[in-house]
Amino acid sequence: MDILPILIDWSPYILSGVASTLGLVLTALGLGILLGLPMALGQVYGAWPVRAVVGVYVWFFRGLPILVLLFLFWFGIFPAIGLGHLSAFVVGAVVLGLRGAAYQSQIFRGAIQSVGEGQMIAARSLGMSKFTAIQSVILPQAMRIALPGWSNEYPNILTDSAVCYAIGVVELLTITSRIVTQTHMTMPVYLVAAGIFIILNYGGLKFLHGLEKRVAIPGFGTGAT
Amino acid sequence: MDQAVFLFDILLPALMQGLVITLQLIACSAPFGLALGIAVAVGRQYGHPAISWLCRTYVFLIKGTPLLLLLFILYFGLPSVGITLTAFMASILGFILCNGAYNAEYIRGALISIKEGQMVAARSLGMTRWQAIRSVILPQALRRAIPGLSNEFIYLIKYSSLAYMITVIELSGAGKLVATKYFTYTESFAAVGIVYLVLVSITTIAVNILEKRVAVPGTVRATPSAQL
Repeated sequence: MDILPILIDWSPYILSGVASTLGLVLTALGLGILLGLPMALGQVYGAWPVRAVVGVYVWFFRGLPILVLLFLFWFGIFPAIGLGHLSAFVVGAVVLGLRGAAYQSQIFRGAIQSVGEGQMIAARSLGMSKFTAIQSVILPQAMRIALPGWSNEYPNILTDSAVCYAIGVVELLTITSRIVTQTHMTMPVYLVAAGIFIILNYGGLKFLHGLEKRVAIPGFGTGAT
Repeated sequence: MDQAVFLFDILLPALMQGLVITLQLIACSAPFGLALGIAVAVGRQYGHPAISWLCRTYVFLIKGTPLLLLLFILYFGLPSVGITLTAFMASILGFILCNGAYNAEYIRGALISIKEGQMVAARSLGMTRWQAIRSVILPQALRRAIPGLSNEFIYLIKYSSLAYMITVIELSGAGKLVATKYFTYTESFAAVGIVYLVLVSITTIAVNILEKRVAVPGTVRATPSAQL
């Protein structure tokens, strides 16, 4: 039997798998920024209890394998706090996002700290509040510095999203396994799936590198790397 | 059931058995992953254009594919083309291939950071190109690559858990079995998590010590030291 008719037959399922994988990745990336940025600010400008809490959070989420985190939240924590009705997709996206926030907070923290301290002093001496200074002086620079490092989160989360297979999220790898089971075309189907992941991976990276160039300020910083 | 009995008589012994498998997986993968990383980085940087292209393609393909899919290919896919590996062997092979590709990127970065003048100087002293790479470039480059390589080693510890997905009962798998049998999901996975955190934290401290021990006085560090 040939691989091509199988692919055509199954293409709606494969596309839904791709959509599901991208949904996981984009939700996780968004959640990662939403939580990671305040965590980074807290770690740089916060009082010591805030720094301690963020430090423990980062240590916890970066120290555990994604598989264990998924199992822990899917089977353990979420049902225990009354969120057992959440779908596997939501739990997968949230866990990838919570973990992404730990990694992203450290990217943002490095970027914020790389903006010279003198800028904060200068902004304050011009009468800006600390909040205004962070918002209009520090962050516009820091976010641009963070972007190349942040771009690397995309392939990391994309490849990790496949582990959501373990809790039954119907993403690309799950669809792939189903097709393998149904058609007994093992190797070709796996290789096609690998090809799709590779395209998603480098396609997304290409888009992000384009974005880096778009938002770059001429003459500022090291530019896109 | 008594909590203490469950913890000490059931959970911990199971996890310790799993931990042994996890450590075996890591011990069997890490040295080959490092060797592969060095070979691929040197091949890509100094090799014949064909070898260089081959090394680049290998890194490109592995970095683009999820490790779990790679494990599926090795364990479920290869038998269909006549190569049957045990789950343990397939896991190790997958980890070596993955670890090697990422290591190669760090080592290549370090190779590039060594100034070209050193190669010229070594060649002018009569060394062959290979001798220069082995005795002048690599000893410096590998030291600079330590922080990146340590991070990859820590990733290897964590990603060794994926072996469970192809039926190797390592640490996470042992936790999962106990959790399912006794319906103690939170406790079991929390215990598994603690073991990983301990492993990863010890490794972080160890590699920071290693980095200081092998440092050559007067040379600068290219990258900040490893964190988790």
